[in-house]
Amino acid sequence: MALFDRLLAAPAPQSRLSRRTLLQVGVAAGGGLLVGFLAPVGKAADQGGESPGPGFAPNAFIRIDRTGKVTLVMPQVEMGQGVYTSIAMILAEELDADWAQVTVEHAPPNEALYANPMLGVQATGNSNSIRAFWTPLRKAGAGTRAMLVQAAAAGWGVDPAACRTEAGQVIHDASARRIAYGALTGRAAALKPPADPPLKSPADFRLIGKPLKRLDTPAKVDGSAQYGIDALPEGVKFATLAHSPVFGGKVAQVDDSQAKLVPGVRQVVVLDDMVAVVGDHMWAALQGLKALNVTWNEGANAGVDTAQVRGRLRAAVDRKGVVAKSLGDVAKGLGDDPVVTTYDVPFLAHATMEPMNCTVHVTPAGCEVWTGTQVMGRCQASAAKVTGLPLDKVIVHNHLIGGGFGRRLEFDPVEKAVRIAQQVDGPVKVVWSREEDIQHDVYRPAWHDRLSARLDGDKIVAWKHVLAGSSVLARWLPSAYVDGKDFDAYDSAADMPYDIPNLHVEFVREEPPGAPTGFWRGVGPSHNIFVVESFIDELAHKAGKDPVQFRLGMLGKAPRLQAALRLAADKAGWGTPLPVRCGRGVSVQPSFASWIATVVEAGVDEEGAVNLRRVVCAVDTGIAVNPDTIIAQLQGGLIFGLTAALFGEITVENGRVQQSNFHDYRMLRIDETPPIEVHVIPSGEAPGGIGETGVVAAMPALANAIFAATGKRLRSLPIDREVLAGRRKA
Amino acid sequence: MATLTINGQVHDVDAPPDMPLLWVLRDLLKLTGTKFGCGVAQCGACTVHVDGAPLRSCMLPISALGDRAVTTIEGVGATPAGRKVQQAWLDLEVIQCGYCQSGQIMSAAALLAGMPNPDDADINAAMAGNICRCGTYVRIREAIKRAAKAV
Repeated sequence: MALFDRLLAAPAPQSRLSRRTLLQVGVAAGGGLLVGFLAPVGKAADQGGESPGPGFAPNAFIRIDRTGKVTLVMPQVEMGQGVYTSIAMILAEELDADWAQVTVEHAPPNEALYANPMLGVQATGNSNSIRAFWTPLRKAGAGTRAMLVQAAAAGWGVDPAACRTEAGQVIHDASARRIAYGALTGRAAALKPPADPPLKSPADFRLIGKPLKRLDTPAKVDGSAQYGIDALPEGVKFATLAHSPVFGGKVAQVDDSQAKLVPGVRQVVVLDDMVAVVGDHMWAALQGLKALNVTWNEGANAGVDTAQVRGRLRAAVDRKGVVAKSLGDVAKGLGDDPVVTTYDVPFLAHATMEPMNCTVHVTPAGCEVWTGTQVMGRCQASAAKVTGLPLDKVIVHNHLIGGGFGRRLEFDPVEKAVRIAQQVDGPVKVVWSREEDIQHDVYRPAWHDRLSARLDGDKIVAWKHVLAGSSVLARWLPSAYVDGKDFDAYDSAADMPYDIPNLHVEFVREEPPGAPTGFWRGVGPSHNIFVVESFIDELAHKAGKDPVQFRLGMLGKAPRLQAALRLAADKAGWGTPLPVRCGRGVSVQPSFASWIATVVEAGVDEEGAVNLRRVVCAVDTGIAVNPDTIIAQLQGGLIFGLTAALFGEITVENGRVQQSNFHDYRMLRIDETPPIEVHVIPSGEAPGGIGETGVVAAMPALANAIFAATGKRLRSLPIDREVLAGRRKA
Repeated sequence: MATLTINGQVHDVDAPPDMPLLWVLRDLLKLTGTKFGCGVAQCGACTVHVDGAPLRSCMLPISALGDRAVTTIEGVGATPAGRKVQQAWLDLEVIQCGYCQSGQIMSAAALLAGMPNPDDADINAAMAGNICRCGTYVRIREAIKRAAKAV
């Protein structure tokens, strides 16, 4: 039973929205795939995609069948952020649908119909689902409702203005008549969608603003939810792959004699940049891969290491960059003796709990792909490019996503799986090991920042911030990267909320050798708010001011942020006594159009171990579509950010990533997690973004708490316990 | 050929004896609710019950099972503790992406089956082996306490 005991033991912690979207569209027979849950209760439904029958499909987002069942097509993907529920709430609100009759469905790949209006591509990211689709979806719902009212009124011979709607019915009070939406589908389908339907007043919202239950939860508690990794098309084989351990290396030679002896191994696929073993099950594939003897041509990156990456970033801040923002006269404002300091943050991996995977079936006539992705259209285009097939011969089935965090904004796992599948007879599921997932990620860029400022009394009169790192935008959305300007790179650095008369923010693009970089939960602000809010804290202490009061004094132009800061400080008991070696740290942020203040309370022991005691957060995100989701996203985002601050670092040696699994790329665990309070401030403003905000908030608030507890200022992440223990200088 | 009892049903599977239970469940028996996360018993996503004890199926060779009964997320709702845990998870809206939650629920159900009123330290000890990347720990703790109070 020793084995059982070992397995039992917990491991020791060490606007582009196409006009066509509002036009009549055909019901996508092969496109939509049922998500596998029905509201409000759900077991997995069959995945065959049931025929909606003759019905009413006035736009790309809504279908109503004759029974009154409302199918809402989700243009944004569900990766835990609750967006399927929030989007359904927005559509159902304006449609006045019966919430109990609402079903949601993944959108098929279609850039014309489902492009994100803020990004111009069919992508879910940048915490902008609600911001981007708020108005288009309200109009889609309201327009559909108007058509149903018109259909009912015509049938009754009454004025449409004398009708109202409620829970899937049109009602004419004067004659006490009512008719269900399902009975109106035929007549409504013959009408023209109105160009500019009136939207509800927020005072009349029935769903928006209520903490409704998520539609995806029931299937996630009983194991029936289908993620990409759960796809099992008939006859599927199982594969796992290995990339060159060195970034960009190629296969030189493969000896597969031992691998082919492993029971269950069916095939070894050798491509120029990777190898894969295909078997009857994942165990055979894993054992086969282990037995494969591969020699790699390591190529140009074999000498890359973390010190080299950091050195290049440090040198880059002396170069001229692109000016992101310039106000007043910074040179004059800084004078001869400014406060100058530098900050560093590392590469970070996404480490989604669902490892990278993709199932593909390539035939001469077509290609079918099963995966969970944040970029449906790009996955389809990639498969078409690899196979040489036209787009309409590539079917992509999207799934629930076991963590995105930006990793699934990349389609490399699809591209690789299609190339493997081209060599395999029948469908093949390619699943990456955790080691491959961490060592061949697309990393959050490492950054180096140089900041200078001058204080005049308790105000900052001049601020200069030069940041050096890679441009993800230039690779990912080149059309938005104009004149070297990368709005993500300096997001929340150029548009600081503080009132500083002389300000200069400059971005120097410096791509790391070898390591691919990409979006990571929190994107630009995950780095910038850490740097800005840490330096603001330094300046508060230099000015001899309380960090909360110091910030409040410069937030006159950001009243929503001031209110959030006052609330968070009050709820956290800011200024009340704490035990020895404990401290509170604060941070504020305007990122993703949400105004958030956070207080972290932490203790640090003599050995440098950090004990998270409590987190308090106040958020003004405008209209909170589903307030419980807002709270959940902040709780989770804060833990994601605390994880990064305490443990997150990908290092490189000899061109190889050194971390490989959860033992050396640590996650915060439940026993290390403090109580987290989130206070949502009521607001009638337009909704802001929320999914990434907690990540951003946690890092500076924790670093500032550690300063308050120890007097040690940490200017790089992750937190260095050796420094906190006094064994190493910061 | 091995004979396994899973969620009360007997299955004969053609699998090598060193094959971890995880892959037998997922790839041979199509019970995909049990998840692959790390392959080295570091994350807990693959947790199942073997005679009621929570085990990481990714490192559990089927040869070690003998005739012990296996319960997975697909079957845990038939146990009193499992049902209470699932309901508490729904009531408190614990889940985000959900990928780790089969394992979280299995660990929590095993805890409550053996210890009806766990305190924070008990919860930490039972649940620290389950990673949640979405960070649902605050609600997991609350939900376990709620499930413990449920009749």
